[in-house]
Amino acid sequence: MSKITSLADLKKKREELKSGLDIRVKAIDPENVVQVKVAMATCGIASGAKTVMEFFLEQLERRNVAAVVTQTGCMGYCYAEPTIEVKLPGQDPVVFGFVDLKRADQIIEKYIKTGELVDGIIPVNYQTIDLKE
Amino acid sequence: MKELSLNILDIVQNSIRAKADEILIKINESFANDIYQIKITDNGTGIPQEILQNITDPFVTTRTKRRMGLGLSLLEYHAELTGGGLEINSKAGEGTEVIASFAFKHIDRQPLGDIVGILIIMIAANPGINFIYTHNTDKGEYRFSSKETKEFLEVSTLNEMSLLEEIGWMIGENLKEIEVSGFELRKRNKVVL
Repeated sequence: MSKITSLADLKKKREELKSGLDIRVKAIDPENVVQVKVAMATCGIASGAKTVMEFFLEQLERRNVAAVVTQTGCMGYCYAEPTIEVKLPGQDPVVFGFVDLKRADQIIEKYIKTGELVDGIIPVNYQTIDLKE
Repeated sequence: MKELSLNILDIVQNSIRAKADEILIKINESFANDIYQIKITDNGTGIPQEILQNITDPFVTTRTKRRMGLGLSLLEYHAELTGGGLEINSKAGEGTEVIASFAFKHIDRQPLGDIVGILIIMIAANPGINFIYTHNTDKGEYRFSSKETKEFLEVSTLNEMSLLEEIGWMIGENLKEIEVSGFELRKRNKVVL
């Protein structure tokens, strides 16, 4: 593979690719696809949210799951970082904690593809210590 | 935080929360002059004067989910370890500029790390923001703008992963060209579970 060093190279390569296969422009309607939000505040980044985010970005596309992956701030579950929020179309969002690559894989294969729940869910009624007072 | 690029990702998150739509990340490194400077500028909502005064105090944050903020405090700590420091300029309504200065040759200055991966994440997750990344070394300068790339390639969005990976290779090749120190181009696509 020749090296891509400029935007012109990049464009040329894209055009070569395009002539070979039909790249459709995906019109993504966020309401109808899986939404994954990775918590990316200081706590999340320090616990490895970057690797988790890269995993979701790459693997969801590779495994043909129509999804939008975005980053969000701290959700208040610093003890359980890295945390992610997954919202399947038409369902309430679910927050998973302690997401390493193994769990991320399970979340894609089980929760996102079949709706089966996996370990690590942070209950909706969990409150941070401040709020409990 | 083991590498400077993770700190950058962290600080940029503040700009995103401040509703910026243009974020500049500028790195100036010079081995000859023993300078390593990271400058992040955004056009977000800015920081009110009373918060700006003690912003690197870990117990100062505008967040409501938890009453602490460590991002800027950590960056300041890392900068001060090398004899450098942190400077923040901000005007409410206009934007914010964060400048972290390090001594290039100091043993406690962390390596840059996977800056390319960080850029890819930021571009993929925030399609509405124009990220401009400039890197200066003794050998030259490299500049990347996500908006210009989008316009040049005539695509409506860059968040297609295969395209972003190619962009990542392109940025990486250019950084190698100007001999950027301490950056790593990780092998992507190889996930080991």
